[in-house]
Amino acid sequence: MFKRLYLTILIMLLFIGLISFTTGCQTKKENVEVIKIGGVGPVSGEASTFGISTRNGEKLAVEEWNAKGGVLGKKIELIFEDDKGEAAEAATVWTELIDQEKVVAIVGSVMSKCSLAGAPIAQAKGVPVVSSGSTNPRVTECGDYIFRVCFIDSFQGKVGANFAFNDLGVRKVGAIFDIGNDYTKGLAEFFRDQFINLGGEVVGFESHPTGATDFKAQLTNLIKSGAELIYIPDYYSDAALIMKQARELGFKGYFLGSDGWDSPDLVKIGGDAVEGGFFTNHFSKDEQRPEVQEFVKKYKEKFGQDPDALASLAYDAMNITLTAIQNAGSTDGAKIKEALKNMEFNGVTGFITFDENRNPIKSVVILEIKNGQQTYRATVNP
Amino acid sequence: MEKIFNLQQLINGIQLGSIYALIALGYTMVYGIVRLINFAHGDFFMIGAYASYFVIIFGTLRGYHIPVILVFIISIAAGSIAAVLANKIAYKPLRYKPRISALITALGVSMFIEYLFSALPFIGPSYRAFPNEQFIKSKIFEFGNTTISNYIIIDVLVSVGLMIFLTYIVKYTRIGMAMRAVSQDKDAAKLMGIDIEKIITITFIVGGGLAGAAGLLTGVSYPRIFPYMGVLPGLKAFIAAVLGGIGNIPGAMLGSYIMGISETFATSYNSLLGEGIAFAILILVLLFRPQGLLGETVAEKV
Repeated sequence: MFKRLYLTILIMLLFIGLISFTTGCQTKKENVEVIKIGGVGPVSGEASTFGISTRNGEKLAVEEWNAKGGVLGKKIELIFEDDKGEAAEAATVWTELIDQEKVVAIVGSVMSKCSLAGAPIAQAKGVPVVSSGSTNPRVTECGDYIFRVCFIDSFQGKVGANFAFNDLGVRKVGAIFDIGNDYTKGLAEFFRDQFINLGGEVVGFESHPTGATDFKAQLTNLIKSGAELIYIPDYYSDAALIMKQARELGFKGYFLGSDGWDSPDLVKIGGDAVEGGFFTNHFSKDEQRPEVQEFVKKYKEKFGQDPDALASLAYDAMNITLTAIQNAGSTDGAKIKEALKNMEFNGVTGFITFDENRNPIKSVVILEIKNGQQTYRATVNP
Repeated sequence: MEKIFNLQQLINGIQLGSIYALIALGYTMVYGIVRLINFAHGDFFMIGAYASYFVIIFGTLRGYHIPVILVFIISIAAGSIAAVLANKIAYKPLRYKPRISALITALGVSMFIEYLFSALPFIGPSYRAFPNEQFIKSKIFEFGNTTISNYIIIDVLVSVGLMIFLTYIVKYTRIGMAMRAVSQDKDAAKLMGIDIEKIITITFIVGGGLAGAAGLLTGVSYPRIFPYMGVLPGLKAFIAAVLGGIGNIPGAMLGSYIMGISETFATSYNSLLGEGIAFAILILVLLFRPQGLLGETVAEKV
């Protein structure tokens, strides 16, 4: 008797559940009138401040567009995924964004090795990608759907070598790089080639495995070889440890680095050792252009801190992507791609147009660490 | 050849070896007494680093300098507590089960701690800067073209000191005698009136404490900490312990210095060689001297 009652109640409950489930689906269908944009960045892992800045920059851009009524009359929804700075994880989250979330375009990622893992997937499915921070040349070579807003490593490495040779006046340099990372390895090679072209001497060229914490063996070699400057094209946490250990070993010369240094953690980990270090970057918050100052103000209001290069690149990348969707008048991948090709955009990180390899033509900023702060030193045009 | 063999590289190697030694001592001790390869040992090391990190940060925020010795004690205590908990929760119920079960559990405990720490909001998976300058100011001494920092001296002194202390405990105290008895024959030790669970707990306290101290020293010498920081050093220290003869305390020390120095010299020749040399040494030792350099061959009981 009671068993029957239970059964009836159970069936009724199931039925109610089913109804609410289907109605749930219906309400969802009404919400389909949004345009989904995928975002990717290393929110955790060895470059986590890059991922957080990237997410902030993208969020800010999307909010501004939504406040103005969105794009093509629809609201924009940002779906941001963490690739943990690992290539394998990147492949997973890019596939998820494209196949499950059905995003219209992807903005990201930061680390070149992650973009190199994800971009071929997007290319195969015809989803346009605007990378914010991947500087390795091979990223856009993945195909005609892959763009980027940051300058590429060959240019950055060249500017670094020119700066070392002409402005700092050094003639003997050494370099240390992460052999498991396309970004740092590529930069070190471009720097070396340009420095030799200029007539300088590269006295040491040392590598270290990914995840190493002790660099003293390599640094001892570099110091013994008589290098006046050590080029460290690496992310801030490795770079800071390297500089600290180099000073511990008695190195008295210059340090020069790349955009991977742009994080407050560089000074936190490296302390006094990073003082006086130079690095090439995309953006300086001290630049007086109105676009820059307005962005710095808005970013500070929302997130309570100054934007770094990654945040400004992500902001530009998202704005360019959304502008391209608007110009294309469609969410069709092929049309967005065409709109991106013809883009002329005055962004926070400079005036951006794309060359035939979908790389931007723009300027480089050189910064110096003074009293623990990044200070603007020079702008170098292409 | 001058490129490879020089004094500076030897000093670099000794520093690396000291860190390995502190981890290896705990590894070898727990193995020697409980016969358990405690894979979570590298994570006790990480916990020690985080404990001292929070203490120093707390002190800096409040504006007072926390005494060095107190930070040491806290990092040691953190490592010990973690080890005792792991023993109570995960290892004790499996004490009389096949050894492979305990081994797999140890792997599980290790991963659990790593992922738990990555998930905790106040720790998180990203790198943190260890406030080493607020703890002990670095000083660098130069001799010609060779330099040595006070961090290296501290690393070496602490690891050698702890090794002597440990040898003393195991060889010359009643608890040490009980430990040796447990390691030889648990059942006989029990019949002699030894509370073996208590001895095992003490072993974990000492082993975990050593790992905690190593975590602090690593934070000071390489000021970057994260939840997975114990994985690679733990693995290398384990190899060092096997190299010296697992279960043997001076052996762990010797093995660690051999590892640290050979790794540094190999790295200065070629960085990828450096990473692989630990494993090459392990294979050679297992082939030609499976009991390790200072280990004794123990006849298997039938």
